[in-house]
Amino acid sequence: MSAPAAVLTTVTRPGRRDAADPASRFAGLHRLLRLALRRDRITLPAWILGITGLMAAFTAMCVSGMHSCTDVIRQTAFFGSSPALRILGVPSGASVGGYTLLRGYLTLAVLAALMSIMAVVRHTRQGEETGRAELVGAAVVGRHSALGAALVVTATADVLLAGLVGLAMMVNGQPVAGSLAAGIAVGGVGLVFGGVAAVTAQLSSSTRSAIGLATAVLGIACLLSGLGNMLGTVTDGGLQVHSAWPAWASPVGWGEQIRPFGDTIWWPVVLFAALFAGLAGLAGILESQRDGGRGLIAERRGRAEAGRWLPGLSGLALRLQRGSLLGWAIGMLGFGVVFGAISGQIRGAQGAALQWYTRMGGSDHIVAAYLTSMLEMAGMGVALYVVQSLLRIRSEEAQGHLESLLATGTSRHRWALSHLLSTLLGATVLMLVFAVSMGLAAGPVLGVPAHLLGELIPAGLVQLAGIAVIGGAVLAVTALTPRWATPLSWVACVSFIVLGPLFGASLGLPGWAQDISPFTHLPKAPAVAVSYLPIVAMVGAALALTGAGLGWFRRRSLSLPA
Amino acid sequence: METVIELAGVVKSFGRSRALDHLDLTVRCGEVHGFLGPNGAGKTTTIRVLLGLLRRDGGEARLLGGDPWRDAAALHRRLAYVPGEVNLWPNLTGGEVIDLLGALRGGLDRARRSQLVERFELDPTKRCRAYSKGNRQKVALVAALAADVELYLLDEPSSGLDPLVAATFQDVVRERRQAGKTILLSSHILSEVEALCDRLTIIRAGRAVESGTFAELRHLTRTTVSVETARPIGSIAGLPGVHGLSLDGSRAQFGVDPGGLNGVLQHLVGCGVQSLTSSQPTLEEIFMRHYEDGAAVPAAAGALVASR
Repeated sequence: MSAPAAVLTTVTRPGRRDAADPASRFAGLHRLLRLALRRDRITLPAWILGITGLMAAFTAMCVSGMHSCTDVIRQTAFFGSSPALRILGVPSGASVGGYTLLRGYLTLAVLAALMSIMAVVRHTRQGEETGRAELVGAAVVGRHSALGAALVVTATADVLLAGLVGLAMMVNGQPVAGSLAAGIAVGGVGLVFGGVAAVTAQLSSSTRSAIGLATAVLGIACLLSGLGNMLGTVTDGGLQVHSAWPAWASPVGWGEQIRPFGDTIWWPVVLFAALFAGLAGLAGILESQRDGGRGLIAERRGRAEAGRWLPGLSGLALRLQRGSLLGWAIGMLGFGVVFGAISGQIRGAQGAALQWYTRMGGSDHIVAAYLTSMLEMAGMGVALYVVQSLLRIRSEEAQGHLESLLATGTSRHRWALSHLLSTLLGATVLMLVFAVSMGLAAGPVLGVPAHLLGELIPAGLVQLAGIAVIGGAVLAVTALTPRWATPLSWVACVSFIVLGPLFGASLGLPGWAQDISPFTHLPKAPAVAVSYLPIVAMVGAALALTGAGLGWFRRRSLSLPA
Repeated sequence: METVIELAGVVKSFGRSRALDHLDLTVRCGEVHGFLGPNGAGKTTTIRVLLGLLRRDGGEARLLGGDPWRDAAALHRRLAYVPGEVNLWPNLTGGEVIDLLGALRGGLDRARRSQLVERFELDPTKRCRAYSKGNRQKVALVAALAADVELYLLDEPSSGLDPLVAATFQDVVRERRQAGKTILLSSHILSEVEALCDRLTIIRAGRAVESGTFAELRHLTRTTVSVETARPIGSIAGLPGVHGLSLDGSRAQFGVDPGGLNGVLQHLVGCGVQSLTSSQPTLEEIFMRHYEDGAAVPAAAGALVASR
């Protein structure tokens, strides 16, 4: 009976064996790489081309909008001298390319980061959550192969993106070195957030929270760079800004500190690469520490019975959007406080910025116009939340949860309406959070605290009429064509935003195109008194879309998983 | 007897492929009705049509006296469902899902809920993403069986359950039946079907190929006869209903269609029977015959003509 003893002596610690054979940890990498490329053959090129196209459009817009050197100097100086606008970018001398980046860099960097976050999570945590990783991992595949493939594919996409964004500026006649630096600034942020997502994918056990966590880090990075720019020292009448230290604590800030088209410095490129390598290594170490399919953040036990709030459809819908609503509320609170606190400085606005605010805010009174345009921007942000949250009705159907729900005494109408109403309730909360926090922060600065809240709260709620139209549109599209619901909803929402008052007039779009957006028609409160006709019309449109959606939904078969 | 489910000539197509091809199905009140067929035969599609999740393209459908598409929500208060593929919200606990589905159905029996949680040995505090396949199945089972309803639609309910829990499941189904409830049970586990079901329907390629009690099904299928005779049985192969004769000296083995049995016995008596065994086909053999590709669709209603 010596067999058990022999077995015992051959047991080695799995961690050691793992460490002894580094090559096996990446076994099958090239096959997984090809799988990842095959799966992403549409998605990643669409992202890359989309971001590149946006950069080309931004550049062309600025090239055609600037008629003389004076234009460039005046616009840049205005931008640099406004702390609020410096949240979006930091000027480094007057140039068309530099001004393009002031206006567009943050958007492009955020998009590049989102592209990378989603790509990395798609090939790591999502596979584990769906059980695909188990199937793959049972083959001759190393512990880190999936992560390695995800990072290689994402890094390749970001390098391509950097080159193409640079090219997009070059074809619009911008200097080669500056264009390349701009491309690197965008692609570098994407690269770093690919690394961030690699780490969050190890921490959390679900796809949704891995993406959420990485996006939260992105939000903090944007705030840090914005804060650094806001607190920076202004020279040359606003043409040059020396950012404060928080800008250097953020990868988004590094992209700006490269200062393409100014006195370009190249060494922050090393920061991008080093941080990416560090995060990738950290993700690898974390991956060796955890069990497959689990996250490092342990799952807590939950309630054995449903609480008072859960039973019922609206309870479920609210529960499902709880995490993201909380994140959004924190974001709206932060932006509300910042935009409110700087409202006093807007009085000094002149030139193009004055024009922009007065046009968007619909008033010559600059402070009222500023507050109005901030509310409009918040409304458009909340519209994004509404699309994200309401597309649950699509994912609930696609994932098959709906099958169990509709097998109870629940009708399709009640289920769809519960999601629509709880989403609009969430949107109301977000607008209130923004209006109240902006009002509370702006009150002391402007010296009219009590009065201000009374104006901003109803003005914020006015935005809900436009938001409701988008909610109705998502419901209608999901009912009509479930397969295309997600892309169509996003396209509709983004076009409404682009055609709306934030961009529409600046882009010089024709009036009929701007009229397509519900945001164009909303009363510009509090700068202008609220007229009820447009609100009634918007609510009517939202109701019509909802009604049509419910009708279509009643008539079609569900598209459930097999 | 009152019928709870009545499908007549139901057609459902997905694009060009026809999932249900004039399907007939009758489930009577108070019975456990087995619903069998090979993978892809259309069982889940049938149940989803019954739930009003899919819209039928043709045919008649009655469920609990109503139209499953038009009256979906009202009818669902009187039934409970266990889906074939249990998909649950990953961030809700099993206990929360049970209560949620119960509340949406109009309330569940608290006492039976806690009793079932205990009998199925389910930990209701875990989040659904942490459950194994069998445990997810238990959540769906408790959610459905804790409901006090007239009809239970169970789509492969015991897949992934361990044998002990599967036995518990069978006990619970029997209790529900004794309480006068109707159960439609789709399953691939033949022992379970044999143990629980009063009647069954076998479907293939979207059509019902057989329906009835086990006795009726057996009656309709061929009997296998092994016989040892003093004299050669000679021309028996020529008798009507005799198939697959194999001779080994004085022993012979062959299959006989139900209608041919009397003639065969008369013939055998003349040959000096020394020993004779006749065996009814096992349930498994009946199924295999239906599942196999060569199996013919019945020529006349109810009659099985298998040509092997």
